[in-house]
Amino acid sequence: MSDLNAVTAAEAPGPAANRPRHGGSPAKPRSLAGDAWLDLRASKIFWVAAVLVVVILLMALWPSLFTSADPRACDLADKNAGAADGAPFGFDFQGCNVYARTVYGARDSLIVGLSATVIAGVIGLLVGLAAGYFGGWLDALLSRFVDVVLGVPFLLAAIVLANRLSNGQQDNGVLAVTLTLGLLGWTTSARVMRSAVIAAKGQDYVAAARMLGASPARQMFRHVLPNSIGPFLVVLTLLLGINIASESTLSYLGVGLKGDAISWGTAIAEAGPYVRTVAGPVVWPSVFLAVTVLAFIMLGDAIRDAFDPKLR
Amino acid sequence: MFRYIVRRLLQMVLTFFGATFLVYALMFANQDDPYQALAGERPLSESQRAALDAKFHFDDPFLVQYWHYVKGLLTGDLGMSLTQRPISAMLADAWPITIKLALLSVLIAAVIAISAGVLSGVRRGGVFDNVTLVVTLIVLALPIVVLAPLAQVIFGVQLGWFPVTVTRDAGLWDLLLPALVLGTLVIATELRVTRSSVAENMRADYVRTARAKGLTGKRVIGVHVLRNSLIPVITLIGVDIGALMSGAIVTEGVFNIPGVGYNLFRGIRTEDGPLVVGFVSVLVIVFLVINLIVDLLYAALDPRIRYE
Amino acid sequence: MDFNPQAPLLQVNDMHVEFRTRDGVARAVNGVNLILRPGETLAVLGESGCGKSVTAQAIMGILDSPPAFVTKGEVLYRGVDLLRLPENERRQVRANRIAMIFQDALSALNPVYSVGFQIGELFRTHRGLSRSEAKRRAIELLDQVRIPDAKNRVDDYPHQFSGGMRQRVMIAMALALDPDVLIADEPTTALDVTVQAQIMGLLAELQRERTMGLVLITHDMGVVADVADTIAVMYAGKVVEYAPVHDIYAHPAHPYTKALLESIPRLDFKGRGLNVIRGLPPALTDIPHGCPFHPRCAYARDVCRQDPPPPAYQIARNRIASCHFIREVLGV
Repeated sequence: MSDLNAVTAAEAPGPAANRPRHGGSPAKPRSLAGDAWLDLRASKIFWVAAVLVVVILLMALWPSLFTSADPRACDLADKNAGAADGAPFGFDFQGCNVYARTVYGARDSLIVGLSATVIAGVIGLLVGLAAGYFGGWLDALLSRFVDVVLGVPFLLAAIVLANRLSNGQQDNGVLAVTLTLGLLGWTTSARVMRSAVIAAKGQDYVAAARMLGASPARQMFRHVLPNSIGPFLVVLTLLLGINIASESTLSYLGVGLKGDAISWGTAIAEAGPYVRTVAGPVVWPSVFLAVTVLAFIMLGDAIRDAFDPKLR
Repeated sequence: MFRYIVRRLLQMVLTFFGATFLVYALMFANQDDPYQALAGERPLSESQRAALDAKFHFDDPFLVQYWHYVKGLLTGDLGMSLTQRPISAMLADAWPITIKLALLSVLIAAVIAISAGVLSGVRRGGVFDNVTLVVTLIVLALPIVVLAPLAQVIFGVQLGWFPVTVTRDAGLWDLLLPALVLGTLVIATELRVTRSSVAENMRADYVRTARAKGLTGKRVIGVHVLRNSLIPVITLIGVDIGALMSGAIVTEGVFNIPGVGYNLFRGIRTEDGPLVVGFVSVLVIVFLVINLIVDLLYAALDPRIRYE
Repeated sequence: MDFNPQAPLLQVNDMHVEFRTRDGVARAVNGVNLILRPGETLAVLGESGCGKSVTAQAIMGILDSPPAFVTKGEVLYRGVDLLRLPENERRQVRANRIAMIFQDALSALNPVYSVGFQIGELFRTHRGLSRSEAKRRAIELLDQVRIPDAKNRVDDYPHQFSGGMRQRVMIAMALALDPDVLIADEPTTALDVTVQAQIMGLLAELQRERTMGLVLITHDMGVVADVADTIAVMYAGKVVEYAPVHDIYAHPAHPYTKALLESIPRLDFKGRGLNVIRGLPPALTDIPHGCPFHPRCAYARDVCRQDPPPPAYQIARNRIASCHFIREVLGV
């Protein structure tokens, strides 16, 4: 879970370019993206995931839509109390409203997940494009570097880096965790991008563009990139889910979000010791976390299936 | 084969230095106050500072510091934790139970993943296949921080099937629940890779040949498809060891298993820098060695690699 | 199994095969009739997608089902309909009675087992021989197909052989259990021209030694002329012409056969334009009404577009063609 390589290692989609689809109907050629969209629209998993993602996004943007309670207004008098009006999940050991805290927990989780994925995506895109397109010593160097980064199990590296970045910082740790996940999570997307570029580069139409005198930049962005981007986006979608899970794991271990940050990971960690007295404060953030991760993984899965008909 | 081994060994040496350097640099490069990096918020006495200095040589240039650190790693001298215990002794104490736990979970995961993966790969699109796809999706989405406490609550506390916590000399039965939790971390990916690998190989030409040879369906799958399909799975199991190590930190923390992960968990929480650096470095080495072994296994399974 | 030694070696009657896919039903084979005698070489000729490989795999019973289904017809081996045999009996027929070799030996051989294992496997599973005995037999077979230094190469893996040598391994494997019928699906297409000749020569020789029936599936008119006794020309899943090889070359009776012959480049016609067949073979999901060849046929008239597939006319003994205008094509 905290390891994207494991999720995508052998399943990572190859470049979908040039693969014949729906054999025997040459009548109406469709673009790959258009074709993928048609497949997506028919996929139940895609719609379930999309609805979930929209709900989670709403929750992160406007938590007050879902609850009117203040997640930070805790009253020890309510300690471990059961469900009440406006607090369907009851209260935790500090008397905080579990439902409100869980709803508000979406925001930091998503901010960290999204920004870390963007950082990782940009690094992965640049490294993958450069290694794949220019090849030679640059490719060798970058690929070895990827090997080295992958030589350190992800969470171990994340613990060290997050520890380091948050040291002495008095904030709630959002920046440190985001940087940690972003700086360590780009390897798979770089690898996928690299092999997609290499495959796309070998296609005849790119050779044709080269012979017609297109500049390297034009070849790259006009011809190679559009045909390599599908698998890359799939990896990023999956990475988003994994980053959210990793954030909670780091927060759980105490090197993630802290201070006044409200996060599912910290909630699970804080309520953990009291789980035998009252399970709700552990269970509900867990459920929200799992469903969020599930939504993004499902989304990635559905998109991959749409782009990669080979595995039907 | 010989050249392959030599090349892999050289690669491992390279990755070893790269990875340890990475860990060391992440921790100490450009630190204003490396002592505080090691000790976090906790105040340090003069004697503690002196001890840290003796170990980490903070006055030397960065590369020299790194060299001392690697030398320590290779000679088994990991220095002292902030609690004044030799880290190598702590490791030696913690290893046995962690190895037991890891082996058990790798085994459970591999057996379930490979058998279920073969079944759904052979009958792709069948009921079993669709059910496993949904189940793996859900399992994939369960972070270990969710899974471990929930499993403990449900199977340990509520149902009482398994012990809630585990002691140092726990038997296999005591470790079963944590091993299952840990195994689910990797089971879904291993299953999916097995499945797609089997499904792909089922369509390979050599399978048609095997059937044309009048072999039974069992033999076609068990002998011809399986060996080819296992090649990517074996590689994945190597990568998965890394995920298991990460997962072990949380799992051992939740179940109070006094292993490597638990020590690391406590080290992180108590901001015991030397302990964290030492343990992480050793785990990185273990990870690299396991991956080397997996690579050799891979060569044994695939003659195309062996003779390249 | 009660095989009747008096019955024809192999006979295919009115076989239909269809593929049921997400995008519709593809009718790959639509009523194929074939007959094969011991020692005879029957060439099945046609463009890719005409159903010749599907026919072969249906005879072997190794089509993937689903999506492929044999919907009609019979495959008689010595009088026994293989399509009605239970799977475990049918399995005994494969390799023992009817064996098959494939086009691309590199992908048709399992990459992770030695060739000795893959050949010996036949003796071990079908004859119950021990590992060492099976290996000894494998070496013998590799010798017979003239692989030099067979003793030392038996433990090598497919990727260590050259293309021609790999195809020899394939042939050794097919002949291991002394089958009466060998189906060769484009055995030389993937090979260099010089190696092609060697492999065809080897096949012909082994066939003579063993009086095997050989079904040679190919799209190469050149290969056919040298080795075949009889030719079945297939188009859109049907046999459109069936005749002894000399008759077909001298007087093709079907416009498609005629067009195929005219499209062979010939040195003595140098300088003249090459006649190619216009258009493409029909999509099997959408076979034209009437005679399936009519959109590409030089002789086509209204009747060809309207009438359901024209019947097979018996032109002479052993000669059948399926066209409304056979006389015109023959030029008599």
